[in-house]
Amino acid sequence: MTQMTYMEALRDGMRVAMRSDPNVFLAGEDVGAFGGCFGQTKGLYEEFGPKRVVDTPISETAIMGLATGAAAVGLRPIVEIMFVDFMGVCMDELFNNAAKMHYMFGGKITVPLVVRAPCGAGFSAAAQHSQSLDAWFAHIPGIKVVAPATPADAKGLMLAAIRDNNPVIYLEHKGLFGLSGEVPDGDWEVPLGKAEIKRPGRDVTIITWSAMVGKALEAAERLAADGIEAEVLDLRTITPLDVDAILDSVGRTSRAVIVHEEVRTAGFGGEVAAVIADRGFNLLDAPIKRVTAPDTPVPFSPVLEAMFIPQAADITRAVKELF
Amino acid sequence: MARSSLTTPEPDTATAAGRLPAANLPEVYRRLGAAEIRDALRKMRLIRRFEESAEEAYVRGLIHGTMHLSIGQEASAVGVCSALSPTDYMTSTHRGHGHCLGKGADVGRMFAEFFGREDGYCRGRGGSMHIADPSTGNLGANGIVGGGLPIAVGAALAAKRLGNGRIVVCFFGDGANNEGAFHESLNMASVWKLPVVFVCENNKYGMSTSVARSTSVKNIADRAVAYSMPGVTVDGNRFADVADATHAAVERARRGEGPSLIECLTYRIRGHSKSDRNRYRTKEEIESWQKRDPIQLFEAELLEFGLMDTPEMVAIQTSVEEEITAAIEFAKASPAPSPADLTRYVYTTERGSHGHHGA
Repeated sequence: MTQMTYMEALRDGMRVAMRSDPNVFLAGEDVGAFGGCFGQTKGLYEEFGPKRVVDTPISETAIMGLATGAAAVGLRPIVEIMFVDFMGVCMDELFNNAAKMHYMFGGKITVPLVVRAPCGAGFSAAAQHSQSLDAWFAHIPGIKVVAPATPADAKGLMLAAIRDNNPVIYLEHKGLFGLSGEVPDGDWEVPLGKAEIKRPGRDVTIITWSAMVGKALEAAERLAADGIEAEVLDLRTITPLDVDAILDSVGRTSRAVIVHEEVRTAGFGGEVAAVIADRGFNLLDAPIKRVTAPDTPVPFSPVLEAMFIPQAADITRAVKELF
Repeated sequence: MARSSLTTPEPDTATAAGRLPAANLPEVYRRLGAAEIRDALRKMRLIRRFEESAEEAYVRGLIHGTMHLSIGQEASAVGVCSALSPTDYMTSTHRGHGHCLGKGADVGRMFAEFFGREDGYCRGRGGSMHIADPSTGNLGANGIVGGGLPIAVGAALAAKRLGNGRIVVCFFGDGANNEGAFHESLNMASVWKLPVVFVCENNKYGMSTSVARSTSVKNIADRAVAYSMPGVTVDGNRFADVADATHAAVERARRGEGPSLIECLTYRIRGHSKSDRNRYRTKEEIESWQKRDPIQLFEAELLEFGLMDTPEMVAIQTSVEEEITAAIEFAKASPAPSPADLTRYVYTTERGSHGHHGA
């Protein structure tokens, strides 16, 4: 175990994968000597050189297609889209090509690529540099979506994503880059599709992922002071969804609160709620609650942005409504 | 692929009358051997008869959905593919039947895919617009205008990195030249000197909208200037012209000098898809292009140069008919996919190395 930040951990995951497989390469805007917009790829260019750490033109469509084509013929690209908000520029190559080629071509072509996309609000970066678009990607059959919340998961999910033979969207939350924690050394994967209980509890299940895991843990501590023991279930992987873990936890607690930073309408929480209602209705003693961002673009003003992002107090309030 | 050079026509295959001096022989006929020329003609016939037969099958209800036929564009598909080796990669378009056959696809498995059967190239999951065949380097036909260009760039980056000597041919239509993906891809391929040959099949219309009404440059090949690569416009209905230009571009790519843009001026005789009623163009225009039929032009040239005689050409037609008939029977006999397999192939569960290095 080594103490490192979330950003160091996801970089360590890339480094381990690149050392173990020469077919793994990284491409994106300013990922080379510059080291990535937030410093995520710092040092990789120096270790692996310009053939494996490739600075691209500002051409998101071509970057996504580059990864798709290179993956289709045998390489394992990791591409960085500087902000998840820029995925709109290249969505076609992702959802019409990378996601569909394996199925559309009857399993003849596989597309093992990882798209790293920094997401999340909290920096007064306003409406085009702060979004969480998790459900956008979850809605596309053929791709997987991961959203780590801790340094250990950031590394383990990175390695698993790179080695998976499907396209994987790796959502790295900007607000977590500096978060520090214990990370297993060496070659260590967190399996895709497996949720993890980050805090056990008997009274209510808080289902969440990414930066909201921290908020949920904070809320759980406050609730404990009031005698409510909340279980915090971190999905880690959004698709494929770990339905068993959700139903198992809700089966024990009889209450579910879903928390995400995405806006409310058609956010991934709606899907989680539907799964619980469909397959776990008789487990419930109370309605399913969602704590989400409101249906607005992300505001610039710190005052407004703090209101936009779900906070621990919003979670405790929602939980208490169930008792 | 080994290439034997043909310096002079075989005397016994030439008809004395109408035979042109050897000095006028297009360069490509010196480059391609007699067998390759014969194969090119056979493929053009095969593509034509494949699409005509697919039309018939569509009318008879054997094919669902729609189709985008390339009748009239066979010289472009086959001329380009004549310059490729079997291991070279190709990306194709919604109007891609000719590209797939030109690259070596089997007509039986093509028909099986059109009929939505399990023996189809994509096990019936793709249909006529999405044929992929990694075993012949075909990385897939694309239903998105311009969608294949960035993928070709990626395959070319991989070929360069792996140092396997392969090049990528990227087919697209005139409509794609106004998509952002076109511009991003040409720029990226040029900056990195990737081994790609971009082939624009300019058939004059993006659905109903003419190139004149949609495109700011006179020739689409002019766009190459902006990306520091050679751009040529050729008569896309003449096999030799297409093949000549492609050989030059392929050699440049193999030398590591980077991409090229070839614009093949051609014409689709049929409508955009099965729902097209040709209201945007005149009967006279269509007829004028039918007079420039690429197969007829090719055959006339081969006769003029004494590279092939009429009985040989008839024999090709006969063998193509037999191949088509057998292919349709194969496809009809192929089972439909099992409904229980609906969600198969959404994800691969295989781990470890992947890809299609072999071929």
